[in-house]
Amino acid sequence: MGTVPEDLTRVPDLSSTGGLHTEEMVLNVGPQHPATHGVLRVLVSVDGERIVRAEPVIGYMHRGHEKLVEQRDFRQITNLLSRMDWLSGINNEIPASLAVERMLELEVPRRAQYLRVILAELNRITNHLMFTGSFGLELGATTPVMYAFRERELIQEALELVTGGRMHFGFIRPGGLKEDVPRGFVELARRGVRQLVAKIPDYENLLMGNEIFKQRTVGVGRLDPALALDHGVSGPILRACGIPYDIRKVDPYLVYDEFEFDTPLGAQGDSFDRFWVLVQEMKESARIVEQALDGLPEGSHIGAVPKRLTLPKGQIYCHAENPLGELGYYLVSDGGNKPYRLKIRTPSFSNISVAAHMLRGAFVPDMIAILGSMFFVVGDIDR
Amino acid sequence: MVTTLHHILANSIVLLALKLGILLLLLPATLVVGYVELKVMAHMQHRLGPMYAGAYHGWAQTLADGLKFIQKEDIMAAATDRTVFSMVPYITMLGAALTFVVIPFSRHGVIANLDIGLFYALAVSSISVIGVLAAGWASANKYSLMGGLRAAAQLIAYELPLVLAAAAVAMQAGSLSLVSIAEAQRYVPFALWAQPLGFLIFLAAATAEVSRTPFDMPVAEAEIITGAFTEYSAMKFAFGLFAAEYIAMIGMSALAATLFLGGYVPLLPQLRFVPGPVWFLIKTGLLIFLLIWIRWTFPRLREDQLQKFAWKVLIPLSLVNIFVTGALKLAHWT
Repeated sequence: MGTVPEDLTRVPDLSSTGGLHTEEMVLNVGPQHPATHGVLRVLVSVDGERIVRAEPVIGYMHRGHEKLVEQRDFRQITNLLSRMDWLSGINNEIPASLAVERMLELEVPRRAQYLRVILAELNRITNHLMFTGSFGLELGATTPVMYAFRERELIQEALELVTGGRMHFGFIRPGGLKEDVPRGFVELARRGVRQLVAKIPDYENLLMGNEIFKQRTVGVGRLDPALALDHGVSGPILRACGIPYDIRKVDPYLVYDEFEFDTPLGAQGDSFDRFWVLVQEMKESARIVEQALDGLPEGSHIGAVPKRLTLPKGQIYCHAENPLGELGYYLVSDGGNKPYRLKIRTPSFSNISVAAHMLRGAFVPDMIAILGSMFFVVGDIDR
Repeated sequence: MVTTLHHILANSIVLLALKLGILLLLLPATLVVGYVELKVMAHMQHRLGPMYAGAYHGWAQTLADGLKFIQKEDIMAAATDRTVFSMVPYITMLGAALTFVVIPFSRHGVIANLDIGLFYALAVSSISVIGVLAAGWASANKYSLMGGLRAAAQLIAYELPLVLAAAAVAMQAGSLSLVSIAEAQRYVPFALWAQPLGFLIFLAAATAEVSRTPFDMPVAEAEIITGAFTEYSAMKFAFGLFAAEYIAMIGMSALAATLFLGGYVPLLPQLRFVPGPVWFLIKTGLLIFLLIWIRWTFPRLREDQLQKFAWKVLIPLSLVNIFVTGALKLAHWT
């Protein structure tokens, strides 16, 4: 007869786990995982299916944009910046041009300003449609993404007609635009937004009206407004918490103050509200596009810009409402034709910083519902 | 005409061929259902779906997919439990296919008309879960383990309402033999009369049994990447996951069609000239279409929400259903 091993004689304290002793397991979600929108890596410690700790590990996709732009002149940098958040190139390009224009005190023709607004809002719609579809996909509903792409296509066509590109546009120049819009653009853009507005009730019924969708999202991943502000969260995620922070309203740039549009606000700050805000914002963008198309002034697409763009010595911070939140460029110039330093504040980077708090205590399936409603682009996190 | 067809179907050689054919036809049937699913899904999603393979509306797409799977390299990770890992496709396929032994395609077109056919069908349909659990464990992958455990947890949730809904049918028909149950529904299917609630409960539980949306948590690709079958590749993947899933789906639809829609029994006495197997295929096909429709419409639930749904809604409802069925039987109302 041997002796009884000590482990077997000891009665573990099982009161906290409902009588079951369970081991924690470290789950490495990503960088290759279908729900991480590319290559976000999240280190998750799970107890069964409940998340004990979750830590987004960023940097897998770092491409050094901030350093690369130091080697390029002010016209070239827009093409690089367009590639950070690959879903909303136009919106990335605009604040960079704004920074140059403000430092040089360049006059931008009104037609160019209007067209910038139109392009930016169309791009916002394509971005939002992408997330509308992919969020359904992550919850297991495979059909909404196909619907979203159907509506996206017309608007993509309009953007393609103008810029020649479907993702990386490189169309905004300091002082205005690369070219004027071609014939047929106004009609195509109008058709695109009208079709979208007509189809939005479909999304609302298919997803937000679905009992299962509500069960998966209402009260899931609730974000406290104070916590959100501490982490610099912005965009639809912040507005879903009920904070009316929209740079188009609080610090109007371009000609946004000439248009009538609302800022949809959530109340709970949960996944459902974030998704709801996203869908409502598409309607507001469509309103802006319609107004801008109606009032599109005649004139030149670009102002008087010197051939050689040299910025005076100095610095400027310029921010704009990217579809995902606040995009800011802090531009330092040493008097040359290239930026001395460009610090980029991307919305996804700040937004994902709050994920660790939101994921704690959630279930593994909730993790997908939470990450899916954080609306991030990995290229925008790592840049 | 009617009598000749029935005579032909009663002929022993024809019957033997039919019985063998049922099992031999299971694999081609999965290809057909797979193709139908691709097409139905595509049209629901504003697409055309496969259009090229086989030249006519992509009819050979699933066949081409199957051939592709045969050509693929069979990859097994170093830490895999190879024996168990390789056994899994057999188990999942077997569990799914065994149901067909007792399902009547016509009055005599049944491989074995067991007296306890219903009991048998429900028992063997749960075998596949052992395969999924084994796959989750043998894969040496954390996602697979989660998938396997989810499948096991799901079994506990849906198995009871499934059995209880079927029990009410057995009470109603007064038999456990599937042929007698079908015969008891001559011209009035149970889904329309006496067991509509049981039909809905059975459909919900059957959806969970075959792990399809909204109850596809064991294979949720956005969460745990096809769960227990993450590590599977080539033919093991094709058989262990696809073929098993489609056979199980056909099997559960056939079972539900027999239990609640009368299986091979014509819906109207005037339509008796249509042979039994045709009725059976129509009814099964309708239910398969329903499952496909649901799958491409709904998001997926969470595992704990399924448990809640099963224990707090489905089981009490099926108990009520049994009680009402018994009371009505006693009162000779049905």
